[in-house]
Amino acid sequence: MPPLNFTVILPLLVLTIWACLLLLVDLFVKNKGITALLAALGLAISLGVTLSQVGATGTSFNNMVTLDGFSTFVNALLLVSGLFGVALAYGYVKRMGIERGEYYTLLLFSIVGMMLMAQAADLIIVFLALEMLSIPLYVLAAFARPNVNSEEAGLKYFLLGAFSTGFVVYGIALVFGATGTTSLAGIVAAASSGTSSLLLLTIGSALILVGLGFKVAAVPFHMWTPDVYQGAPSAVTAFMAAGAKIAGFAALLRVFSLAFPSLASDITPIIAVISALTMIVGNVIAIAQTNIKRLLAYSSIAHAGYILMAFVPYGQKDVVATSVAAGLFYLVSYVLTNFGAWAVVIALEKAEGKGLEIADYAGIGRKYPALAAAMTVFMLSLTGIPPTLGFVGKFYLFRAAIAGQFYLLAVIGVLTSLISAYYYLRVVVTMYMREGEPETTSEPWLNITWGLAALLTVIVSLVPAPLFDWASQAVLKLF
Amino acid sequence: MEFILQPLTLMTFFPLLGVLVLLFIPSEKKNAMRWTALIASLITFLISIWVLTMFNASNPDLQLVAKYNWITVAGWNIQYYLGIDGLSILLVLLTTFLSPISILSTWTAVEERVKEFMIFFLLLEVGMTGVFLAQDLFLFYVFWEFTLVPMYFLIGIWGGPRRIYAALKFFLYTMAGSILMLLAILWLGIYQGTFSVPDLITKGGIDPHTQLWLFIAFAAAFAIKVPMWPLHSWLPDAHVEAPTAGSVILAGVLLKMGTYGFLRFNLTLFPQAAVQAAPVIAVLAVIGIIYGAAVSYAQADIKKLVAYSSVSHLGFVMLGLFALNPQGIQGGILQMINHGLSTGALFLLVGMVYEQTHTREFKVYGGLWKVTPIFGTIFLIVSLSSMGLPGLNGFVGEFTILLGTFGSTVLHSPWYAGLAALGVIMAAVYILYMFQKIFMGPEGSIVEEVKKHGHALRDLNWREIVTIVPLLIFIFWIGLYPAPFFHLMAPSVDKLTAAFQAAALAMR
Repeated sequence: MPPLNFTVILPLLVLTIWACLLLLVDLFVKNKGITALLAALGLAISLGVTLSQVGATGTSFNNMVTLDGFSTFVNALLLVSGLFGVALAYGYVKRMGIERGEYYTLLLFSIVGMMLMAQAADLIIVFLALEMLSIPLYVLAAFARPNVNSEEAGLKYFLLGAFSTGFVVYGIALVFGATGTTSLAGIVAAASSGTSSLLLLTIGSALILVGLGFKVAAVPFHMWTPDVYQGAPSAVTAFMAAGAKIAGFAALLRVFSLAFPSLASDITPIIAVISALTMIVGNVIAIAQTNIKRLLAYSSIAHAGYILMAFVPYGQKDVVATSVAAGLFYLVSYVLTNFGAWAVVIALEKAEGKGLEIADYAGIGRKYPALAAAMTVFMLSLTGIPPTLGFVGKFYLFRAAIAGQFYLLAVIGVLTSLISAYYYLRVVVTMYMREGEPETTSEPWLNITWGLAALLTVIVSLVPAPLFDWASQAVLKLF
Repeated sequence: MEFILQPLTLMTFFPLLGVLVLLFIPSEKKNAMRWTALIASLITFLISIWVLTMFNASNPDLQLVAKYNWITVAGWNIQYYLGIDGLSILLVLLTTFLSPISILSTWTAVEERVKEFMIFFLLLEVGMTGVFLAQDLFLFYVFWEFTLVPMYFLIGIWGGPRRIYAALKFFLYTMAGSILMLLAILWLGIYQGTFSVPDLITKGGIDPHTQLWLFIAFAAAFAIKVPMWPLHSWLPDAHVEAPTAGSVILAGVLLKMGTYGFLRFNLTLFPQAAVQAAPVIAVLAVIGIIYGAAVSYAQADIKKLVAYSSVSHLGFVMLGLFALNPQGIQGGILQMINHGLSTGALFLLVGMVYEQTHTREFKVYGGLWKVTPIFGTIFLIVSLSSMGLPGLNGFVGEFTILLGTFGSTVLHSPWYAGLAALGVIMAAVYILYMFQKIFMGPEGSIVEEVKKHGHALRDLNWREIVTIVPLLIFIFWIGLYPAPFFHLMAPSVDKLTAAFQAAALAMR
């Protein structure tokens, strides 16, 4: 057996050790703000290590964990999400009276799970990572106990999460039964040599799709999303909406593109239908929402549909590189916009769940012009109007769909974008065109988050070439 | 530095400098903001004059080209590509010309949130100029969609009582069309390998069936913007609710983006489909002419009447363009300018009286000519121009269009021109009806009503006259001596129509 190559999981390792130490250090720290800063420091160090590995490749742990451009890209995105997550939580947990040091440790552990997911080259690791990222999130969702809504969110998330994990495990078992291996490379070898049972393999991969579909909140596995997003503390929701989605899509992209390309003729129509349904249901139901957290929950469902669109042509050799890159690019745009929008929500949220109705946003345009302008940028970006990153992201996604000749899907995509304009603009209407006396909280980290997110959303949309380049490089090494 | 000093780049983005300055003006200094915006837009106008002096009218191709690679990684081939030719130069000038005029018209009309108003207005100018100059489809789409945002705010914040409804309707209608165009743009980008319009034209070779689909997708975006019957229903709402400056720009420039889009993209990129679709478009255009005119007559609100008259006038433009011969297209382009001038002026005038009376219902007006003679005279000139009286600009455009339609080998039926001519007569009916209701007969109740509030209805002041006179100059100039305007566009139009002859021949 060759010696273990730890550099493959170096960022992961750094963060894990850091999280364990933080758990201990936190016992002796009175001011939990310091815990937060330490957590951010850990994330930053890990991010530095990740960025130093750009271009590096390798496998380790008996080919169960891999390092490539794809994982580096996703890990960097996850760590940035973590930093945003800490920045949003810093003032929020204090203000809401739920400041406990475990918050940050749980956040770090969850990110460890997500990063492992991005590097998984074996279905067992996928399962391990799935549990590792989910369990801290269940706890975080219920973090505002004894607040009933938060407890409800935690329990709901836990039950449905456990249920979906069951699907994944069962799927893995069937795939193992069909091919005799859990390694992604082994599966594809078995499938192409014809030694596997096609029926079992197809059912197994479909079950994995269902389980991961729960994680990324794709219709019809989305039922938990609105309640959990609404009940969980906003800072947690923001992180969950970004992190869990990135990890879920990373796993989907890697597992399906690497292990199941031979099943494309069966799986692609299923994904196409799921993608279309997710876009339609998410956007249509969002119209009826009056609570901003629920609105953003449905919006996040809808965006899962858009990202899935990138994933539909995964079996077409000449398109798959573009489509995976498009998915990654869209994730970046979604993460940035998502954190910005949630930062604004947190700035307006008050104790006991007040300040979360869209009507509470009336008059922001007049009283807090910068905040309103930032929120407008986020809403336009989520709709996909230039010059915002959301537009460039959608452009890239639709390109993948059209290049894969899924014209109908692309038409559904643009039509649902039109529907989404209606409810995103309603937020803008309320901010600028209705009178009100809103109160916001101004915290430095919060302001930096929405300010930075808004600036980047516009600027990167004007000079997207480097990011395009990185995303497309990230993918090529996968194959 | 070299990038920003390109004349077209400079002209497009100069208003942003005004935006930057505006951001730092304290919000109580309203006049400073107005002057900043006015000066920024005036300098932009001067730059456009500079561009005009450099423009070589005998060259049919794109000129003063600014071309840089923008996104050329990961299989993308997107350029920053601006250029101007005979199809766009007049529209660009119209944009830079109407912008300072509109800003001047807001001097006393906009008192609330002046800073935001001016910022949105200047941003809108950037978007509009960009639309007319962009020669890369991606860049074009960015400008095209971007114009929605500031206009949405202009209507939604400073508009009338139903402004939110109107703003949302405007946004959703326009977006509905443009997203279909987005898919067509993507298709071209993927399967033709470039987003650059001149390259796409050279490359050509799309089979007729696909061309038709792409044509329809582009047409969806532009037909809503024009707006062509039966997609016009957002227009009256947007116009009635928009503040005066918004209406002027909406009628003057934004609608032209639709007709320009047909001209620049539908006709050049899909010539065969254009020949095929011409009769259908022409029928819709004629229906629009007649319908718009008939509905105008039935309006009780002055602004609504002018709004529906736009549907009618733009029907003429569309008819001219899809005659697909030099006269028709030249007339169409000139009529775009004419409509911008006349309807822009009408909205300005309506806004001037509305500022004092706060109503636009015909029934309270009457006998205003005696009370406000200057206003009445100018209103009469503009009305006659809109109606198409010989000697004023409207006549030249409409006549050329009818000439082109009559001789069109693609439409080859006298009915189009005949029915459209009926629209000219109907225009006389509703325009004169409007003028009569406001200015003739016994004094309307509004005169007393205004007096009750302390001060009598006043005539135009110096600022309002300064606002309107430049428009009048062009109304007469184009009416009496249109040759320089035709001269600017003729070579480019000839080049365009030559491509059609080829396409039409190829189809036989």
